[in-house]
Amino acid sequence: MARKLPAKDVVIIGLGWTGSILGYELAKAGLDVVAIERGPWRDTATDFPPAYAQDELRYAVRLDLFLRPDQETLTFRNNAGQTALPIRSFASFLPGNGVGGAGVHWNGQTWRFLPTDFRVRSHLEERYGKDALPADMTIQDWPVSYDEIEPYYDRFEKLCGTSGKAGNLRGAKQDGGNPFEGWRSSEYPTPPLKQGLGATLFAEAARNTGHNPFPQPASNLSEAYVNPLGMKLGQCTYCGFCERFGCGNYSKASPQTCVLPALLRFPNFTAQTESEVTRINLDSTGKRATGITYVDTSGEEWEQPADIVLVCAFALFNVRLMLLSGIGKPYDAQTGQGVVGRNYAYQTTSSVNLILKDKNLNPFIATGAHGMIIDDYNGDNFDHTGLGFFGGGYMGFGQTNARPIQTRPVPAGTPKWGAQWKKATAETYQRACSLATHGSSYSYKDCCLDLDPTYKDRLGRPLMRMTFDFHDNELKMSAFLTERLADIAKAMDPAELTPAPRKGPYNMSIYQTTHNTGGTVMGADPATSVLNRYCQSWDVHNVFVPGGASVFPQNHGYNPTDTVGALAYWTADAIRDRYLRNPGPLV
Amino acid sequence: MRSSLAAAILLVAWSGAVAAQDTQNFDRIEQGRYLAVLSDCAACHTKPGGPPFAGGLALQTPFGMLVAPNITPDRETGIGNLTNAEFLAALHDGRGHHGRRLYPAMPYPAYTKMSDDDVLAIRAYLATVAPVSNSVISNQLPFPFNIRLSMAFWNALNFTAGRYQPNPQKSAEWNRGAYIVEGAAHCGTCHTPKTFLGGDKNDAALAGATLQGWYAPDITNDPRKGIGRWSRDDLVQYLKTGANSWTLASGPMADAVTHSTSAMTDEDIFAIATYLMDSGALASPSRAVPVAANDDAMRAGAAIYKDSCAACHRDTGKGEAHLFPRLADSALVQSDDPTTLVRVVLQGTRAVSTASMPTAPAMPAFDWRLGDAQAAAVLTYIRNSWGNAAAPVSPGNVASQRTSLAKAP
Repeated sequence: MARKLPAKDVVIIGLGWTGSILGYELAKAGLDVVAIERGPWRDTATDFPPAYAQDELRYAVRLDLFLRPDQETLTFRNNAGQTALPIRSFASFLPGNGVGGAGVHWNGQTWRFLPTDFRVRSHLEERYGKDALPADMTIQDWPVSYDEIEPYYDRFEKLCGTSGKAGNLRGAKQDGGNPFEGWRSSEYPTPPLKQGLGATLFAEAARNTGHNPFPQPASNLSEAYVNPLGMKLGQCTYCGFCERFGCGNYSKASPQTCVLPALLRFPNFTAQTESEVTRINLDSTGKRATGITYVDTSGEEWEQPADIVLVCAFALFNVRLMLLSGIGKPYDAQTGQGVVGRNYAYQTTSSVNLILKDKNLNPFIATGAHGMIIDDYNGDNFDHTGLGFFGGGYMGFGQTNARPIQTRPVPAGTPKWGAQWKKATAETYQRACSLATHGSSYSYKDCCLDLDPTYKDRLGRPLMRMTFDFHDNELKMSAFLTERLADIAKAMDPAELTPAPRKGPYNMSIYQTTHNTGGTVMGADPATSVLNRYCQSWDVHNVFVPGGASVFPQNHGYNPTDTVGALAYWTADAIRDRYLRNPGPLV
Repeated sequence: MRSSLAAAILLVAWSGAVAAQDTQNFDRIEQGRYLAVLSDCAACHTKPGGPPFAGGLALQTPFGMLVAPNITPDRETGIGNLTNAEFLAALHDGRGHHGRRLYPAMPYPAYTKMSDDDVLAIRAYLATVAPVSNSVISNQLPFPFNIRLSMAFWNALNFTAGRYQPNPQKSAEWNRGAYIVEGAAHCGTCHTPKTFLGGDKNDAALAGATLQGWYAPDITNDPRKGIGRWSRDDLVQYLKTGANSWTLASGPMADAVTHSTSAMTDEDIFAIATYLMDSGALASPSRAVPVAANDDAMRAGAAIYKDSCAACHRDTGKGEAHLFPRLADSALVQSDDPTTLVRVVLQGTRAVSTASMPTAPAMPAFDWRLGDAQAAAVLTYIRNSWGNAAAPVSPGNVASQRTSLAKAP
């Protein structure tokens, strides 16, 4: 029997990017807010100080900051014909754990979606005809437009202090930026990071082959910065320990460096860590949430009543919590009916591995997000007529880590171990690099999330089941993008070039990306979405899923964090300015 | 007409006389609340997270342990029974209940400079806070210091009672600053060196002192050891926000910024700045000779600095304003007493968080990673690089502080 705590105005489930942003905005508005976080408290100086933050074995190999499958896992199958089995060791994607969530271990790549991405189905049907899209492709327009979200992108980038160069300021093209991007209301808060030799060579080759290279927008800061909350960030040292690591130098944007110390100053905000929310509680009508129930580390159950419930966990776990709480109709892939778990999507990544001649790339001088990129083959920036696929992605040279344990490039034919392997890595390390494509992942009728009929977690709740595979559309796209990238790479005059387009079936055992999207999709139609345009549940009006990637109707050719942050601010404004005045459905 | 005016004056005079007693005189209570901020009563009398003014943490003095008493209006365990005269005697003369002598951990040698009106305003405010029943045994000193009569001799040697006397040569702002620094804010309690009896060395006011395992730095206008190279804006910003382009407040000063200086009015901050920038003897500081760069400790220190410090404090030692304290040209880094430096390297420390600068960056602990000789070498290096010059830090110094920090509660 859960013990009941005093009621709060707002309970936040998960204290990562969206939880911190919503916590700050609503505490500032005077509401009494509590955040419940499954993992531990994490703080820069005590949890990832520079004295040991760059421990590759601990963080990148043994995955210290990540969720352990014995805390929570899911089952997986490629298609409905298979029996899903539990993931016992996360590999393809790595959900974060603890305060800061994925905002601690991310790379800092800070991308906006294209204006056409927000109306992707309408746009593609207008340009290529009603019947152009595959019948089982379930992509849909976002319920918000780029123009509506632009100010919120701007706000999140100013929170992070993102480094970059605008390509489009209020419609005016800017030299040196991304010519394909949507309009920006202002320049990036900080200038681009400095580029290394590899990125410079790539940019030269891209320009010579008729492309439009620009510096990747990065929330690893090129210079010291004070954000609108008064938080001070330092200059990035290019140490190269971003992805899978916490930043010890206060220079990668994270909830820790950008929000939490300011949030903790509010006496009307508290955080409860090491406590797992087990369900959202509903009243007898099922149309209103009464709060949440959580379990602490002693196995003690607590009920936290609240007027507003904000579901701010990692995308996959948002979906599971909605399913376990019975909010919204679960999706059935057989019939295509139902919404919760529908339109699960991912990201289609690939690479072209190069070994150059006589170059010293100093690949260890790195950040999570700097590099030179082209966007010529993203979204619908290029004509898809006759290509046999839709979608696209950015591609380019990112100098992101080259850490000693996991970066051991060798020429083809080198033995996998022994003296020759050691000699080859020593000779190759300075010359090798990997170019990458970062492609879209459109949604399909059969790719979904539901509750597993067999496997349960330590608390007796069903695990969530993932059914996912790459479709022909994505594999063709990846082949096309990888070929284009290889063409540019050839202009870099490499000694060795190995294109590695994404191949099916989707393999759960190799790392690809932690960009899991969809499942609690936002939309204009309750028949095909869980949330309305304000990220509010259609069924239970005081439950919001404020912008986690689970709200994406499909995934586009960019990293999700900027859109996640923008939607968090968008939802915070809707709650503060609209919902509080008149609690009820906003649409 | 005339008589009614006279009556009005009488009324005003009468109401002034009882003001201290009037629990509904909110202007008076607000005045007292603000003076309690200036005087930082909460620093000692409120336990972190505990009810306001209901008694504090144990204070480690060189003579033993003292605990700040409960000063809520609780009649049994607080000061509800104190008369105004007794309250004045406590702050001005160091006399508690029934004339019992207080220990100067209660900074009556500073509060004695405050006006009767200000002291009684604090009293008026304290009378309004929630009474809390909490018995505090203040005197936990060992023999013979636990005999309060000993304070009679101490006072005779070290204490001069008397209100602040304005210096007519100086501006009103300067005098206000002096009143706050020497009186209410009792800066010298930490920053003025002490005699072996614990009395202030009055000829070296605010020249820096060691207490509770920290070195409270020299805050005179001495350009090398003090804050003489700070601009007025630097000082104002430091007091208001806890950070400026030179340094960040941490340790006991973080508490002082949180509870006191960050809540002061701009006028009072400016007054403090005016006074401090004009305080201290403009001595011609004898410049220390830097330790040679080829010294073994310097060479080891340079390597350790590169590995462990440069990522934040930079190769140039310039750090980053409001985030990573500047080491080059820093008076604290070059101070004669390296207590704070050793402590911060071994144990780490967190900077203060204020409303305008909430970041509260922290220095991580290095005690698990640097041995005594290594910590000494890197400190010697930072004290003698980029134009800095100061005596080397010895491994023995690090070792003894490591031991005392391990023992600290």
